[in-house]
Amino acid sequence: MAYAVHFAATILACWLTAQFLSATWTWRAPRVAILCWQAVGLALGLSAMGLPMALGLAAYDRPTGSALVALADDLAHGALPPGLGVAHLVGVGVGFGIGAVLLTTTVRSVHGTVRAQRRHRDLLTLVARQDPTVPGALVLDHPSAAAYCLPGVRPRVVVSAGTLSLLDRAELAAVLTHERAHAQERHDLVLLPFTALRRALPWFGWVADAYERVALLVEMRADDKARELHAEAPLAGALRRFAACDNRITPHGALGVGDRDLDVRVQRLLVADRPPRLIGATALAVASTLVALPISLFLS
Amino acid sequence: MTRLGELERAVMDVLWDSVPGTSDGVTVREVADALRGRELAYTTVMTVLDRLAGKGMVQREREGRAWRYRAAASREAHIAQLMLDALDLGGSRDAALVRFARSVTGTEADVLRAALGDEADGAAGLTDRIEDPRAGRARAADEATDR
Repeated sequence: MAYAVHFAATILACWLTAQFLSATWTWRAPRVAILCWQAVGLALGLSAMGLPMALGLAAYDRPTGSALVALADDLAHGALPPGLGVAHLVGVGVGFGIGAVLLTTTVRSVHGTVRAQRRHRDLLTLVARQDPTVPGALVLDHPSAAAYCLPGVRPRVVVSAGTLSLLDRAELAAVLTHERAHAQERHDLVLLPFTALRRALPWFGWVADAYERVALLVEMRADDKARELHAEAPLAGALRRFAACDNRITPHGALGVGDRDLDVRVQRLLVADRPPRLIGATALAVASTLVALPISLFLS
Repeated sequence: MTRLGELERAVMDVLWDSVPGTSDGVTVREVADALRGRELAYTTVMTVLDRLAGKGMVQREREGRAWRYRAAASREAHIAQLMLDALDLGGSRDAALVRFARSVTGTEADVLRAALGDEADGAAGLTDRIEDPRAGRARAADEATDR
């Protein structure tokens, strides 16, 4: 029973840590926060599997890993210990079921993403052009403003003609560095588990929230890379122009999708803050403990 | 860009730029003639068109002993589709792209969708094909229930 309590406590701790990771200090240390979110996601997934398993294996009074081995052994010999009934076996089954669902959703998510990316890449080959003003990037001839990164082994940075006319030279360089940072640090892989979780549990609002938060942190991390190379002003300028681009086209309201996020990102660039080292170190320590707990129960 | 990608692009350009009078498609021979400067073998052009048909980029119809090829969608429709993806309006639930900023208005989205819609009037279900050439119908239904 003690092991089930361990898993339950980990789940609770994950929830508490998620609250802590939703605070604004993370905006000053996006890389640390992204790491912590990964740890929370992993710990939560393992604990969700472990809790029903540990409940089912209570009769063995051993850590989950060795109890599972013992159960497999007993099942093979057809002799179950007293106190282990059908309900307990169902518990173990539910644990494996949760694991299977998480795994298949991730695989399906990867499959869908890879397919969408291949399709996008094929279309780019046919209709995007190279432009001397943006070496290393592809240009789409469309008046709307867009700048993005198609991630992968051979990533592509793409800007629209609308972006070229919207931004000046320095701003454009900052945006391109921002996009290359996404490609280099494989931010698509960072987001992948959260995309999968959001697909697996679409009815949980906080899972979608976690995805949004990590997505924003990833943008901030790329912003940091761009500001290292080009200073704050051009990047903030580019963000503002993207935000203002909306108003120019529709003067009467109709808010753009990421408006609030854009504001937050611009504000962050304007205020020079030192990264919160103490909070960051604490968060990392808490997050690694969180992951270590369920892993140690499964391995011992 | 790979050599194959370059060839595919050149072939698509021929299909897109072919005069409207021949809108019922062009033959492999005609494409090869249009690309005479590149000195491509007839079979190379055929292979490229075959690949493009496999990807759903071109449609073909048999006429006598030869196939006639035409682009499945206009260049503008493809660009509109890419922009919808880029601005996260394509309805894809997979984070296939990482965007700089998602600043787009409802109006702009409507304009982009209309660009695809116009095409769809001419050739039914075009957006499906752009989305996925093979499993168009099934996937569209899947999306509809998910949303």
